[in-house]
Amino acid sequence: MAKRKAAFYWMTIPALLLFFVFHTFPALQGVFYSFTNWNGFAKTYEFVGFKNYYYLFQDDNVGNAYWFTFKFAIVVTIVINVLSLLIAMGLNASIKARNFFRGVYFLPNILSVLIVGYIFNYLFSNVFTVWGENLGWDWLSTNLLGSQTMAWIGVVFVAVWQGIALNTILYLSGLQTIPTQLYEASGLDGANKWQEFWKITFPLIAPFFTINMVLAMKNALMVFDLIVALTNGGPGRATQSISHLIYTGGFEGGEFAYQSANSVIYFIVIAVISIVQIRYLQRRETDM
Amino acid sequence: MKSRKRTNWVAMILIALGTVFILFPLYMAVTIALKNQNDMLNSIFGLPTNLRFENFAKAIEMTNFFQALGNSAIVTISTVVLTILSNSLVAYAVARNMGKSKFFKGLYFYFISAMFIPFPIIMLPIVKLTASFGMTNLFGLIILHTVYGLAFNVFIYVGYIRSIPIDLEEAATVDGTGTFGTFARIIFPLMAPINATVGILICLSTYNDFLLPLVIISDQSQYTLPLVQYVFQGQFNTEFNLAFASYLLAMLPMVVIYLFAQKWIINGVTQGAVK
Repeated sequence: MAKRKAAFYWMTIPALLLFFVFHTFPALQGVFYSFTNWNGFAKTYEFVGFKNYYYLFQDDNVGNAYWFTFKFAIVVTIVINVLSLLIAMGLNASIKARNFFRGVYFLPNILSVLIVGYIFNYLFSNVFTVWGENLGWDWLSTNLLGSQTMAWIGVVFVAVWQGIALNTILYLSGLQTIPTQLYEASGLDGANKWQEFWKITFPLIAPFFTINMVLAMKNALMVFDLIVALTNGGPGRATQSISHLIYTGGFEGGEFAYQSANSVIYFIVIAVISIVQIRYLQRRETDM
Repeated sequence: MKSRKRTNWVAMILIALGTVFILFPLYMAVTIALKNQNDMLNSIFGLPTNLRFENFAKAIEMTNFFQALGNSAIVTISTVVLTILSNSLVAYAVARNMGKSKFFKGLYFYFISAMFIPFPIIMLPIVKLTASFGMTNLFGLIILHTVYGLAFNVFIYVGYIRSIPIDLEEAATVDGTGTFGTFARIIFPLMAPINATVGILICLSTYNDFLLPLVIISDQSQYTLPLVQYVFQGQFNTEFNLAFASYLLAMLPMVVIYLFAQKWIINGVTQGAVK
């Protein structure tokens, strides 16, 4: 029995050590450096206490990155979930070639975010502009991604194009768990489609709604590859996300310690949002 | 189960129209990759009149495609194999002991709580760390992907292993099989479905990962496919045809796998998220 117990420790301790060294330790280092003034390459640094945090809250670039990221994440999460649910209901209806359509809608999920971003980057500058001119839509006849006020909508568009793939498939698998007899019964009771959706469909897929909201939100809050490929944070800093700011400031701007402080705040924000979201949505699940 | 109902044509037409939205950018990517700049001036949208496969040849030469493909393949395959073998073992020990041991219970929460830690907080220090260990290469990428995977994989593996009855192992223990032997001969084979799920998720995320290679890899001969697209983006300049040929080449391996294993991939990803 003791041998058996020893074996279980042997199974986990190497992984525990590796995980500590490559995950927990650098995370702690990040917290440590956030209290210094290290630029990332100098030989020495000093402790500056909470100065980095103090400056963070007055930094327009930081405020701007949080504003963009939240605006982006909220809009993307809502649009993705609405569209995905509609598409999933369409796929769940009695249609022909369902597997083919399902395969097409899921395809974007397997593609590299960066490359998808590059493809759309070209479409925004050379293809959508042609439509804009032909249709006489001023906002589309110049590159949307080059506009200070509209560029974020372009980024949302691409994130939605790719993001609906996963959420659609998850909603579809949720819809398929609903027994058809329930709809037959409600049909006999004279419920219309609208009532049917809110009284039967939506409550029964509530767990899938939770997963999809959390996943979509988390992915959107982490957005990095897409920003690099579409706008590189521009024009100006109009579409700079938090992780993009940490990357560029930390590696290229000599702000190692300062961006470490930023990433600590970012971690707290993500953790709080995830926990609140999961708590709130799970309570709703049980209420329904 | 499914009753033979009449086809819902309204839904069918809407769904078919929606696929245009999905497929149009990909149609553009394929046609642009097969045109040259003159063809583009004639018509951006049309099908190519001559198929310019030389774009692909040029892109392959320019970006050293086969080297990057090899790197991506090494990283992806090694990470998948190593993750399935190691993470399942860790999860097995955790799952079988977390009910009675504080250590293993603590370990479980230690790993899964890491899911809440965004990568940027690790990103700046990990560059220094991998550099000091001489891990700014493919080997480092494989190790980091495998180790970081623990957070999520332990979570879904433990859920699965706890549903496997413990009686089987007790019988094996009575027969004198060691703990590792029990895992290898009895538990691991039973984990095939969840291993497929984990394998598919890791394969997709590793193959398409951009940020970790971007910060870790410094030597150009070690670049993975997404990193190559990033580095060459400036050099393609206005040669969009070459750029698109290069994008397609980089996406092709995964698309081919998807065509053959679509059902498994969709199931795997669904299972991974729902768990």
